[in-house]
Amino acid sequence: MRASAALPVAVVSAGLIAFWYVAAIGLNWQVVADMQARAGAAPGFGEMLSLTLSHNRPLLPAPHQILVELWNTTVALPVTSRRSLVHHAWITLSAALTGFAMGTALGIVLAVAIVHLRALERSLMPWIIASQAVPVLALAPIVIVALGALNLPDLLPKAIISAYLCFFPVTIGMVKGLAAPDRLSLDLLRTYSATRAQVFWALRVPTSLPYLFAGLKVAVAAAVVGAIVAELPTGAQAGLGARLLAGSYFGQTIQIWSALAAAAIVSASLVGLLGFTERVVAQRLGARAG
Amino acid sequence: MAAIEARGLSLTFTTRDGPVQALYDIDLRVEPGEFISLIGPSGCGKTTLLRVIADLEHPTGGEIRVNGTTPGEARLRRDYGYVFQAPALFPWRTIEGNVMLPLQIMGLSKAARRERARQQLALVNLEGFARKFPWQLSGGMQQRASIARALAFEPQLLLMDEPFGALDEIVRDHLNEQLLKLWAATHKTVIFVTHSIPEAVFLSTRIVVMSPRPGRIHDVIDCDLGAERPLEIRETPAFLRIAQRVREGLRAGHSYEG
Repeated sequence: MRASAALPVAVVSAGLIAFWYVAAIGLNWQVVADMQARAGAAPGFGEMLSLTLSHNRPLLPAPHQILVELWNTTVALPVTSRRSLVHHAWITLSAALTGFAMGTALGIVLAVAIVHLRALERSLMPWIIASQAVPVLALAPIVIVALGALNLPDLLPKAIISAYLCFFPVTIGMVKGLAAPDRLSLDLLRTYSATRAQVFWALRVPTSLPYLFAGLKVAVAAAVVGAIVAELPTGAQAGLGARLLAGSYFGQTIQIWSALAAAAIVSASLVGLLGFTERVVAQRLGARAG
Repeated sequence: MAAIEARGLSLTFTTRDGPVQALYDIDLRVEPGEFISLIGPSGCGKTTLLRVIADLEHPTGGEIRVNGTTPGEARLRRDYGYVFQAPALFPWRTIEGNVMLPLQIMGLSKAARRERARQQLALVNLEGFARKFPWQLSGGMQQRASIARALAFEPQLLLMDEPFGALDEIVRDHLNEQLLKLWAATHKTVIFVTHSIPEAVFLSTRIVVMSPRPGRIHDVIDCDLGAERPLEIRETPAFLRIAQRVREGLRAGHSYEG
């Protein structure tokens, strides 16, 4: 990060955290006040503040509570523990990555087909777009139950939901990218009497890479969401989705929020990893540094 | 056999505003080893004529032969190299990689590609830049790289569409000199589209003056200044006389009433 960007980033982050603390105090105040009243206590303002920020089932946990929970369920626990967030995150991540691979493959195949067969654009595109108009929350239970009856491994139905969300941004990006080469470059390859396959590999694929990476970044975040959503309808025993579900059954808001934070960290890391890969690829393909 | 032979060639584009006659009744015969400039105002069809020769456009009337066959067959034989107005180098390939592109499409082995690319880059004085990427080169160097790329097939015919149009005059002079040397060394047939009179006179053995609406050949001027042409030749009476005739041709062929 450049030094000039550090200050604005720090200011915005600090602002958001401050806002979060104020919101946590405000939302939890009444709950704490009622509890204290029932117990016949009348704490002062300072004590009230500390109580609102240390309640164990707050309406809105404070950031430090989530951090402590994250620490306790990752670093402080063996990975094999059923309470380990690393264990749950891995279950979700493995489904998300499998789905991401499937969705990316499908997305690219669809895009190549659409770009090369004009007729497919009109016949296939409406279905592809319609597929994304169906709420995944409604679709997930149907797919999970149907595939569950086939006795597939747990991971696969979840991966399919992820793939379902994933392929779309990849297809859209790649269709645009593969059609992006300009007239001049196409004319140039025509003067070489290049075949369609040669035009594809020598020109269309390299031109489409930035579009592909843009699509992949959206897709990988969607894959994590897909895997989590897929864990909800069956009351899965493990995975970040299962942690969210269990947390909401028992009113464990801190557990819910730490699972959410884990999901965000996983997604952000994946997007970051893709961004890094993109930079490496771009560098190898002669992009200007910086 | 003529390098290019066109008889009664015409091409009408169908546009939303109705038909546009881009080429009308073109008769032209180019012998092997000639350096022909096509000159004329924009809209006179000079680029279109070049594109017809390259099989990038299809004529709607008349006949054209390139090395004795249709342009399509000539293209499939890879009989010509084409230099566009812009260098059109692929930014993700090195200079060497760009020059090797046509050879890769031709199916040459990697070693053969590398060797040919080295030769062609030497021909345009870019030996030291093989591993650079296009953005690391100036505009003039990029266009030289694109000429090396067009020469990679070792075609007998070189089609050049205002290759130096976007460059400043000093660079253009320099490249004109280099191009003449290249032409003298390789004995290729060159068809060169330009709208610069000095450039056309300096380079050509014959100048084809074209006029617009419809695009047609107005005059063909012999330009017999010999093979040795230093830049100073542009101050000589012989040079100025030819330039004057080209200018008159352009003026007469251009109707300003249109």
